[in-house]
Amino acid sequence: MRDALPLDGAPVVSAHPADRASRSLPLTLLGYAALILAVVAIGMPLYWTVIASFKQTREIYSIPVTWFPAQPTVENYFKAWAGAPFGRYYLNSLITTIVGSAAEVFFATTSAYALALLRFPRKELIFVLLLTALMIPAEITIVPNYLTIAALGWTNTYQGIIVPGASVAFGTFLLRQAFRSLPYEVIEAARVDGAGQLRVLFSVVLPMAQPALVTMALLSVVGKWNDFLWPLLVTNTSDMRTLPIGIYWLRNQEGVTDWGVVMAGSLFLIVPMLLVFLLAQRSIVEGMTAGAVKG
Amino acid sequence: MASPPRQPTIARRSLAARRNRGEHLLFIALLAPNLLLFAVFTYWPLLYNLYLSFVSWNFLRPRKIWVGLENYAFIASDRQFWQIVANTAIFALGSVGLTLSLGLAIALLVNQPLRGRDAARAVIFSPVVLSGAVIAVVWTYIFDPRYGLLAQVLGWASIASPDWLVDKFWAMPAVVLVYVWKNIGYAVVIYLAGLRSIPRELYDAALVDGAGPWARFRHVTIPGLSPIAFFLSITSVLTCFQSFDIVKVLTDGGPAIATTTLIYRLYDLGFVSYSAGEAGVVAIVLFLIMLLLTLVQLRYIEQRVTYA
Repeated sequence: MRDALPLDGAPVVSAHPADRASRSLPLTLLGYAALILAVVAIGMPLYWTVIASFKQTREIYSIPVTWFPAQPTVENYFKAWAGAPFGRYYLNSLITTIVGSAAEVFFATTSAYALALLRFPRKELIFVLLLTALMIPAEITIVPNYLTIAALGWTNTYQGIIVPGASVAFGTFLLRQAFRSLPYEVIEAARVDGAGQLRVLFSVVLPMAQPALVTMALLSVVGKWNDFLWPLLVTNTSDMRTLPIGIYWLRNQEGVTDWGVVMAGSLFLIVPMLLVFLLAQRSIVEGMTAGAVKG
Repeated sequence: MASPPRQPTIARRSLAARRNRGEHLLFIALLAPNLLLFAVFTYWPLLYNLYLSFVSWNFLRPRKIWVGLENYAFIASDRQFWQIVANTAIFALGSVGLTLSLGLAIALLVNQPLRGRDAARAVIFSPVVLSGAVIAVVWTYIFDPRYGLLAQVLGWASIASPDWLVDKFWAMPAVVLVYVWKNIGYAVVIYLAGLRSIPRELYDAALVDGAGPWARFRHVTIPGLSPIAFFLSITSVLTCFQSFDIVKVLTDGGPAIATTTLIYRLYDLGFVSYSAGEAGVVAIVLFLIMLLLTLVQLRYIEQRVTYA
């Protein structure tokens, strides 16, 4: 696996020879102690979730708590799976995430191509229009959008979950930036050779901008998979809920009475996202830092 | 079209015009779907919120009654509303303050040539990609005053665990804690990117001038990081204002309204007490606060680009 965030290989500020010479052993040990503390503080809740999911109910409700399941069991996973229609939640989450992200990638690609590589009078106005969209957070649009979706008869449907969030501003900016940084001569050469605009987009621009495209798609997938507020509002039967809504309801039913089951159910959501993260750390982190550090 | 200085042949000119028109049409075709969706699900809702804020409506009555500024007056005179504003401010300042300061400390650590720092960074960042809802579910168990993880940790120091989520005083700190835990990794990677962007020569120059580690941190690292810290503080405050899932799942805005923030209130007014007008007012207030923050940020970035 490729390890690594964009910072690897970058000069480490304190690795300067002068620093290293002056770095004393106690200071290094202190550094490790602090680093371990930070990792434990952030990792512990996840560890706690995993061990609880393998504990028997009796063990969860006994004092003192155990730091490793005394008699590990996978029963909680079966109970969680049976306690709520997780198969259906997965299906719903997969459909809304895949279709929603595909739409975002499509709109971002087409919009970014137009903004970066096509001529149009006063196109900076269009750019400002998209920037404005970025300043209107989806959270404040919930009431009017609910009314719209209800008027369309789309409540409790996939299109009701997907369509209001399908347009994309941030991803458009990310890709526009990537498209503009491509070597223009290559694009111009393709055009001179008689390639049409779509041909240029699909066989020249997209292959060259692939890393940015992957980053944008990953960010979109993470966002859709975790989306909570809108699917909560627009779904009203169990069979249309996505995973985050499903786990919320499972906690409401089983929480307090059976934490092992709820933790097992939580891991149904956590594990896929952590796998995606581990496989694609670099792209995800790069995308998230893209807005912060220019150039 | 303005006539070009050199007279091209008519055929060539019309070809160029056609190609131009084709490109303009393509431009429109490529952007239209995206912009149309924004029009329906982003711009229009903002205007409609504004309209709703001037009417009295419970979503069921066929007619909306125009009440002018009554909703605004009602909300401004509502003591609960001001507590919610205060809650939002405490939540945002507490979360952002802790995330930025602890995040800086961790970033400086991870930036040291310590073994295993890549793995450490991965662990620290991982909660960022997880769903706020599932994180809140997990933390409900961690906050369990008898069997939870936190009760154990506090027990080592012989401190009795408060009943975090139902205690009027401790519920907000609990929400802040979860929020910081989830988002600190983001601050860390942004700081790391910032640390990397500080030119090495500055450190070398400081070293030549005889600056010790503290002086270099104080006079090179801190000023070098300040633009990034500014960016981070604004974006983090904006994210706080939009944060719904953790509050909803962890406390449902309670006990009473102890953890109700503006966004939670908006949800509550719109989808629990069915008061479209008041929901409209809260949406507009929320939008204006966030717009102001964004403009401050844009202005600042613009200034840096211009004068730096």
